[in-house]
Amino acid sequence: MSDALSLADRARTGDVRARARLITLIERDDPERLGALSALRASARGSAHVVGITGPPGAGKSTLTDKIVSELRSRGRTVAVVAIDPSSPFTGGALLGDRIRMNRHATDEGVFIRSLATRGHLGGLSRATGETVRLLDALGYDDVIIETVGVGQSEVDIVRLADTVVLVSVPGLGDDIQAIKAGVMEIGDVFCVNKADRDGAERVVREIRSMLETAVMNGAATRFSELFAALADRKQAAREPENADARAHFSQGAAHHIAADGHGSLELPPVVATVAETGQGVRELVDHIKAHEAGLEATGLLAKQRRANLAWELGTEAAGRLVGLLEHEERREEVAALADAVLARCMDFHDAVAGVERSLAEAIRSKGS
Amino acid sequence: MERKIRVLVAKPGLDGHDRGAKVIARALRDAGMEVVYTGLRQTPEQIVAAALQEDVDVIAMSILSGAHNHLFPRVMDILRERNVQDILVIGGGVIPDDDIPALKAAGIAGVFTPGTPTSATIDFIKNNLKRSV
Ligand SMILES: Nc1nc2c(ncn2[C@@H]2O[C@H](COP(=O)(O)OP(=O)(O)OP(=O)(O)O)[C@@H](O)[C@H]2O)c(=O)[nH]1
Ligand SMILES: [Mg+2]
Repeated sequence: MSDALSLADRARTGDVRARARLITLIERDDPERLGALSALRASARGSAHVVGITGPPGAGKSTLTDKIVSELRSRGRTVAVVAIDPSSPFTGGALLGDRIRMNRHATDEGVFIRSLATRGHLGGLSRATGETVRLLDALGYDDVIIETVGVGQSEVDIVRLADTVVLVSVPGLGDDIQAIKAGVMEIGDVFCVNKADRDGAERVVREIRSMLETAVMNGAATRFSELFAALADRKQAAREPENADARAHFSQGAAHHIAADGHGSLELPPVVATVAETGQGVRELVDHIKAHEAGLEATGLLAKQRRANLAWELGTEAAGRLVGLLEHEERREEVAALADAVLARCMDFHDAVAGVERSLAEAIRSKGS
Repeated sequence: MERKIRVLVAKPGLDGHDRGAKVIARALRDAGMEVVYTGLRQTPEQIVAAALQEDVDVIAMSILSGAHNHLFPRVMDILRERNVQDILVIGGGVIPDDDIPALKAAGIAGVFTPGTPTSATIDFIKNNLKRSV
């Protein structure tokens, strides 16, 4: 048996070292992994429910993940966690501390936890995250949880990988709610206000609801608006009890109805208050996470979302490789020569860009032959 | 290909604080390593399980309570049971000189007592990895 196939085989039959080694090879972008990933059919997503946990630094994402893992385990599900922390841009080193909160699951064979450093990648994830998640999916974990780095307002790549995104907020961050307004709000499917044992949690819940209401009334494109529309359509068209159930379940509890311009009612995603330290509210949170997946599945949106996300990943990966091609010595010289021509006013900026494109096309052609 | 030394920093036993472990964790990070920090009160079983899932090159343990003679070798036993030979294991903390030979015999490759500069630990790791990174 070749090395790749034996690694694949060991990973498939539960060898933790083989699983962990494959992730290391993914992180290194080592071609040695490709045969094994192919043998494991790890290119496309399978049956795992991928849940993203995101929110500002220190919001309690890891503590919450720990409790979510316990809840999922009590429901008989196996869980993999991918926890991402930032690398230092200066030294390249990283302190990966998410695991501190989850380590009591370390010896549970139904749980696999892996910490990844961003290694310079922007967007709140590491470059290896997508491939790692597909591997864990292929290895048969029922749920894969991704904990992003603590986000500000632009690290929203999680929507490209997760079926369900949980956006965690906390009281007492002051202006942070402003950051959420500025654009992160749109990425949530389920909203969580953690540290509900602290003053001001109810106010944050109210603020989030009112922002969601505004977003919905303004017709802002949010993750959940498409789902709600699809669920409503399906319900109206078919009146299938199964869909009505998924919808009823999803809107039960925190999601609620408000009058909008006298046009019936608006539906909002759930906003759940939790105390991650004690586990309070976590069962309800997991109910909502699962109901969201059920809604996506019932409407066919799960497949649609995964297709769009995989297409995005393919494009991003290819773009990354193009940048890599540009870094070859020969290309660098060509591009520098074009820059000289622009500086000497012999060439327009956009003509020079076209020159770079031609150089890239040439590089791709010679790579293929 | 991007290669990084990955280190698990763990505190076995019942010590109440982890200042020393955090100092070494930060020093290793600043030396460009990826440090998985697992916090206080880890059992040897948890330490090994975490090390395997994280595919680390090094396990660095710190202990103040005096239980090193039991807990450090226990980690080595579990690694052997699992047929793991390529992880470098080092220990630090309040460890009497007399205890060091037995710990080394048990497979703890380096033992660092209070006052050792962190640069010594960093160099030791770089020079003694058991697999190429
Ligand atoms: N009061 C209170 N504290 C909490 C709660 N949940 C978490 N914490 C504390 O908040 C701090 C940060 O928790 P983490 O789980 O590490 O937060 P995080 O969002 O994962 O942090 P980063 O990964 O660094 O962004 C810890 O000290 C936790 O003990 C809660 O519900 N209530
Ligand atoms: Mg965390």
